[in-house]
Amino acid sequence: MRTSLAGEPLLELSGIAKRFAGVLALSGVDFTLRAGEVHGLVGENGAGKSTLMKIIAGVHAEYEGEMRLDGRPVRFRNARDARDAGIGMVHQELSTVPELSVAENVLLGAQPTRMGVVSWRRMRAQARRQLDAFGIDVDPRAPVGSLPLGLQQMVELARVLLSGARIIILDEPTSALSPPEVERLFALLARLRETGRSTVFISHFLDDVLRVSDEVTVFRNGRRVEGARADAVDKAWLIERMVGAGHERLGESHAGEMRLADRPTAPVVMAAERLSVPGLFEDVSLSVYAGEVLGIYGFMGSGQLELARALAGKLPLDGGAVRVDGQAARLRGGTPAAKRAGIAFVPESRRAMLFAQEPVYRNISIAILERIGRVLLRPRAERRIAEGHVQSLGIRPAGVDRPVGQLSGGNQQKVALARWLTHLPRVLLLSEPTRGMDVGAKDDVVRIVRGLRDAGIGVVVVSSEPETVLSLADRILVMRRGAIAREFVGEPVSKDRLLAAA
Amino acid sequence: MTASIAAPTRISPWVRLRGQLRNLAPLVTLVALIALFSATSPSFATLSNLSNVLQQVSITAIIAVGLTFVILCAEIDLSVASVANATGILVAFLTVQDASVNIPNLPLPGWLAIMGGLAGCLALGAVTAFGVTRIGIPSFIMTLAMLQIGNGICALLVRGQIAYSVPPVLLTLGSGSIGPVPWIVVVAGLTLLVGHLVLTYTRFGRYIYMVGGNREAAEHSGVGVKAVVGAALLISALCSGAAGMLGVAYFGSAQQNQFDNYLLDAISAVVVGGTSLFGGQGGIGNTIVGLLVLGVLNNGLDHVRMDSFLKILIRGLVLLLALVVNVYAQRLRAKYRSAGG
Ligand SMILES: Nc1ncnc2c1ncn2[C@@H]1O[C@H](COP(=O)(O)OP(=O)(O)OP(=O)(O)O)[C@@H](O)[C@H]1O
Ligand SMILES: [Mg+2]
Repeated sequence: MRTSLAGEPLLELSGIAKRFAGVLALSGVDFTLRAGEVHGLVGENGAGKSTLMKIIAGVHAEYEGEMRLDGRPVRFRNARDARDAGIGMVHQELSTVPELSVAENVLLGAQPTRMGVVSWRRMRAQARRQLDAFGIDVDPRAPVGSLPLGLQQMVELARVLLSGARIIILDEPTSALSPPEVERLFALLARLRETGRSTVFISHFLDDVLRVSDEVTVFRNGRRVEGARADAVDKAWLIERMVGAGHERLGESHAGEMRLADRPTAPVVMAAERLSVPGLFEDVSLSVYAGEVLGIYGFMGSGQLELARALAGKLPLDGGAVRVDGQAARLRGGTPAAKRAGIAFVPESRRAMLFAQEPVYRNISIAILERIGRVLLRPRAERRIAEGHVQSLGIRPAGVDRPVGQLSGGNQQKVALARWLTHLPRVLLLSEPTRGMDVGAKDDVVRIVRGLRDAGIGVVVVSSEPETVLSLADRILVMRRGAIAREFVGEPVSKDRLLAAA
Repeated sequence: MTASIAAPTRISPWVRLRGQLRNLAPLVTLVALIALFSATSPSFATLSNLSNVLQQVSITAIIAVGLTFVILCAEIDLSVASVANATGILVAFLTVQDASVNIPNLPLPGWLAIMGGLAGCLALGAVTAFGVTRIGIPSFIMTLAMLQIGNGICALLVRGQIAYSVPPVLLTLGSGSIGPVPWIVVVAGLTLLVGHLVLTYTRFGRYIYMVGGNREAAEHSGVGVKAVVGAALLISALCSGAAGMLGVAYFGSAQQNQFDNYLLDAISAVVVGGTSLFGGQGGIGNTIVGLLVLGVLNNGLDHVRMDSFLKILIRGLVLLLALVVNVYAQRLRAKYRSAGG
């Protein structure tokens, strides 16, 4: 269905270079976006994709090189300049305002006013129309922060896609979406293309990129490596250029069937019985065995993310009991109590996990400070431990003193994981552990998780990406509408079967 | 795999400076003020005047130490002055007063009176901590209520009278001196030092910064956020109480409302010093600079014979300016760190 309307160059960048505190993040980048094309952008974590897009969207105003829009040189001083020029961006990290209502978020910066006063009625009606156009069924008055992450992402997409922008930049828009939501997004992209809008689509899901794009460009190490028509290349071509010569890396290979392990004979580390949180999940029982990775898969909103939160003491349980090593875990005491019981949790949102302005080593040591020194800090020991993890996880750039907020998205995720690797918990709950990671980093996570499993802890991986669960789990539970719908154990499983069960 | 260009070239000095705005602005202000007053008034830059300035900021300093803990957690304590006042009055209430002072009081031995005072301020702090962490009342409102409660306790205890006596130890620490150095300056210095050591070198101190930096992330890392915030509020009450007891000795009397200026002074000192109102950034070093800026300003304006009514306005403007810098520094910081992948 690729009827290309792509025509005139709409946006042309040449010789773009960008430094952060002296470190080169982009250099000599040329990039052309044509009218009416979907342009896929791929590259490893830290390749510079987000940085380039932030330059286009006016977020980074200081850079070298030239940008032309409609053939005329432009230089945006801030995001508003870019928006006024018809450029809209959905950032990799959600940038919705959690406290504001859905309606306010959808119309952020473009609230309808009557004689200078915001008209709430018109605002809600207009937001309703935009949300409907995108098939999102939420109350426009609800605060965005109260929605599940997937819906928040949809709200943000609705804001940008329907803002009337001519150039739409989507930085990993699908990582929090369920497959049906992704389909809706792609359908909308096709419609937008027909009306002559241009889209930049960044994703680590290479199949998706090849499917929706007209043109693809590969980035590596802050440089543009190569571009091609999407129908002229395949996934292997992309991966080869992403990782560079000399590497032989396989992409995700879960298109086919794989066989799961038999039911473990090891002791149960965590047993949850008849857990309920009204409206989210009902009567869920499960056991996690020592030395296994249990995957819990479900569409966005099926309750699996909430289940993980509840097991971590983040969501008060209405009924049920959780035991760790046979001891009742008193989860009412919140996360510290869960940690004491031996349960550690890595949530799906990095914003909720990292101290952006603190150096990497403090972000890693925070969970184990009491083991390093009861009263006094021992920064040297903290650094040493952190350095070890930075090495073994391949976190880039490799220093431990840089504020973690300056790392690329995928590298931030690794830092969040590193936190739990020093003094192992009994049970590790990982919510969407590979979101936003490139092929190589995903392999690293698989390696880390296998290592933890082999050390005898029970790992629970909760995700709405079939690939994530398939690549990590030894045993899989599928959740549907707040209940466990099916267990896969010791049998062949594939993406199709998972989707069918969900 | 994940590689990026990490050839660290020279960090441009401008970028580095901007990142340090929070710490540099107050220091530059301090130096500028000292230069200004030294140039315009011969009596300003003298050793005895330095001692004056230090003495004038000492009580504020003790209060500001506790407040620094609270503000670093991204909370606020508006009850500091009132808790100081109540504690000072409580100690006087527990001490034998001159027959001319017509207050029905409860005389105890000096050390017991001091213990009583400390217990009193800790009790007030515990109520604040309970309200904020257990009930979930925003600290801004909770401590506003505590401000009024403290005032109420003062009113009930002194009933409009003035008491003069405090235990002898307090008298020495509050108004005595060792050699040329007033004891109160020594106490303030020690309090600042202990505060600094706790914040920089202890696990608890790290937690304070982490809770202020990102509360949700702290919680996810298994930090007992409520306990940390509660402890900060208790520390603040304790510092305020200590300042209140010493203040009574310093002023030579205990009466209603005598600490009222200290609320604004202490908050100003912390904020002018550059500790972030949004939590997680700053520290005792900043507070010291802030205290000196305010102290030098107050004292210097007297030396250049500034209209004392205009002085009040000037202090307000300085606070406003500090707030602007504070928020601006935060915004720069947010932009600077907005990598977000
Ligand atoms: N605000 C910043 N300060 C310092 N360095 C930064 C900042 N933002 C990005 N960087 C660095 O620039 C490089 C490129 O980062 P960028 O976020 O563009 O990568 P990316 O291709 O989007 O990666 P990912 O797939 O992980 O999101 C990284 O090395 C990163 O550490
Ligand atoms: Mg990115």
